[in-house]
Amino acid sequence: MTAKKHSVGEHLRDQGVSRRAFLKFCTASASLMALPPGLIPAMAAALEQARRPSVIWLSFQECTGCTESLTRSHAPTVEDLILEMISLDYHHTLQAAAGEAAEAAREQAMKDNFGNYLLIVDGSLPGPDANPGYSTIAGVSNYAMLMEAVEGAAAVIAVGTCAAFGGLPEAAPNPTGAVAVMDLIKDKPLVNVSGCPPVPMVISGVLAHYLAFGRLPELDEYHRPLAFFGQSIHDRCYRRPFYDKGLFAETFDDEGARAGWCLYRLGCKGPSTYNACATMRWNAGTSWPIEAGHPCLGCSEPRFWDAGSFYAPLSVPTDLSSTQVLTAGAAGALVGGTVATLARRTVETAAASRQPVTADELEQTL
Amino acid sequence: MPALSSIPVRVQTMPCGTTDCGNAVPILHEVRHALERLIATGEGTQIDLNAIPFGPEDEAHLLAVLGVGEVRATIDALGPTHVQETAIPGVWLIDYRITEDQRLALHLDIGDIPEILRTQRQDLDTALTTLDARLTSAQDRAPFEY
Repeated sequence: MTAKKHSVGEHLRDQGVSRRAFLKFCTASASLMALPPGLIPAMAAALEQARRPSVIWLSFQECTGCTESLTRSHAPTVEDLILEMISLDYHHTLQAAAGEAAEAAREQAMKDNFGNYLLIVDGSLPGPDANPGYSTIAGVSNYAMLMEAVEGAAAVIAVGTCAAFGGLPEAAPNPTGAVAVMDLIKDKPLVNVSGCPPVPMVISGVLAHYLAFGRLPELDEYHRPLAFFGQSIHDRCYRRPFYDKGLFAETFDDEGARAGWCLYRLGCKGPSTYNACATMRWNAGTSWPIEAGHPCLGCSEPRFWDAGSFYAPLSVPTDLSSTQVLTAGAAGALVGGTVATLARRTVETAAASRQPVTADELEQTL
Repeated sequence: MPALSSIPVRVQTMPCGTTDCGNAVPILHEVRHALERLIATGEGTQIDLNAIPFGPEDEAHLLAVLGVGEVRATIDALGPTHVQETAIPGVWLIDYRITEDQRLALHLDIGDIPEILRTQRQDLDTALTTLDARLTSAQDRAPFEY
C-alpha cells in the first residue's frame, strides 16, 4: 500500500464531507494544536491542499499504552479523520497482516516512499552497545530496524516518554541498555511527544500540524512541540491561585485536600513538568490527575522514574529551603514563576542525587 | 461489568471550596475588549475555551454571567454543533460536538454572526448543479408521482 495522492480536501469531498464539516474539523484540529482560532481559515486553506503522507510506526520496548492512548482518544471523529488522512502503512499492533507479510509491507512502503515517509516510534530500544537480543521484531534487532527505517524518513516522531527519553526501560539500573530515539538519530528532523502515555490529542495535533503545514511544529530544548509543552503544568493549573495564596494540602485527606488546594507539598511535580494535561485533560476532557486530587508525577520529563518519591516535594530546588519556597509561593505568581524556573533548571541535578524510594519508606511517608 | 453509573462513588462537587477558582473573570474582560473592538472596527474575535485552564466551576461561572440570548441553532455536520447567542448581543457560544455528543471544542465568537452559520462559498458553488439536477428529476416525474 502506498500513500494516496489525493489532497486532504479532495479526500474529504469524495467522502461527502461538507464545507461546514471541514471547517469544524479544522476548528477541532486548531484547538488540538493550540493554534489561535483566528488561524483556522489559513489552516483550512493549507489542509485543503495537503497530501496524504505514508507513515511507518515502529514499536520497540513499550507497553502499547501510547497506541492505546491514541486509538482510545475521546474524539473518534477527528482522530479517525486524521488517521484517514495519513496512509498508515505499518503498525504491527494495529495491522491485520502478520509475520513475513507484515515485514514485506513495511519494506515495500519504505521503498515506494523513500525520502518522504513519516517514521513514528514508540518505546525505547537497546543501544548499539547493548545485547540486541533484549528486543527484536521478526528476528531483527530494534537498533537495526530503526536505522534502516530512518534512512528514508522525512521526519521522525518519538511518541511517549520511553521513545523520547528512555522512560521505564532506561530507569536505573537499565538492564537492557535502553536508549532514547534522539540518542541515535542526529541527522533527521525529530519531535518528541513525551508523556506516559502522551495526551492523545497531542499525538493527533502533531500529525495535524504536519498535514497542514508539511513540517514539524516549533520545538523546545527537548525537541517537544512548544504548542503543547511550552508552559508548565504549574503555570496552567487551575489550582495555581491556591499556590499563590499559600494554601496547600498537607495530606490526601485533610481539609485542604478536600477543598482542592495546591498539591505542591504532596510532591506535585507540576512546577518542573511541561505538558498539556491542564488544558486538554483526559477521558473525554473529564478530568486530569491534579483535578482528581493526585499530584503530577512529571511523566513527560526526562528520567522521571529515577527522580525519587512521587509523594515527596523533591522538585524543590536544592538551593532554596522549603520555607523560602512556600513564602515565595505566598508572595505571588511572579515569584512562583521564578521558583518554577529554578526547579526546572535544577531538576536534573537533583534527580542525580536522589535515591529510589522503597515500599516501606513510602508507607512511612504516608 | 456494571455501568460506571452503577458504581457507588459520591462525587464531591466544588473542589475549589465555596467559591470558584477565579479563572473566568479574566476571560470576561477579554470578551469585553473584543466587544469594544467589534463595535469600533467591526473586527471579530474567537476565543478557544479549551485552551483555558478552567477549574470545575469556572466554566459554569463564565456561562452564567454571559447568560442566554434570543438565537439558538444546531448544525448537523460531523456531529452536532450548538450555536447560542448569549444575553450579550454579539457574543456567541459555539459548542462543537461529535456524534457521540462528546465535546470537540468550545468557542466564544464575538461578532455579528459565527462563520459556521453562513452558507459556505464552496458549498454554494454546487448549489445550481444540485438544484438543476433536482429540477430535471422533478420534470421527469409524472404529476401523480407527487
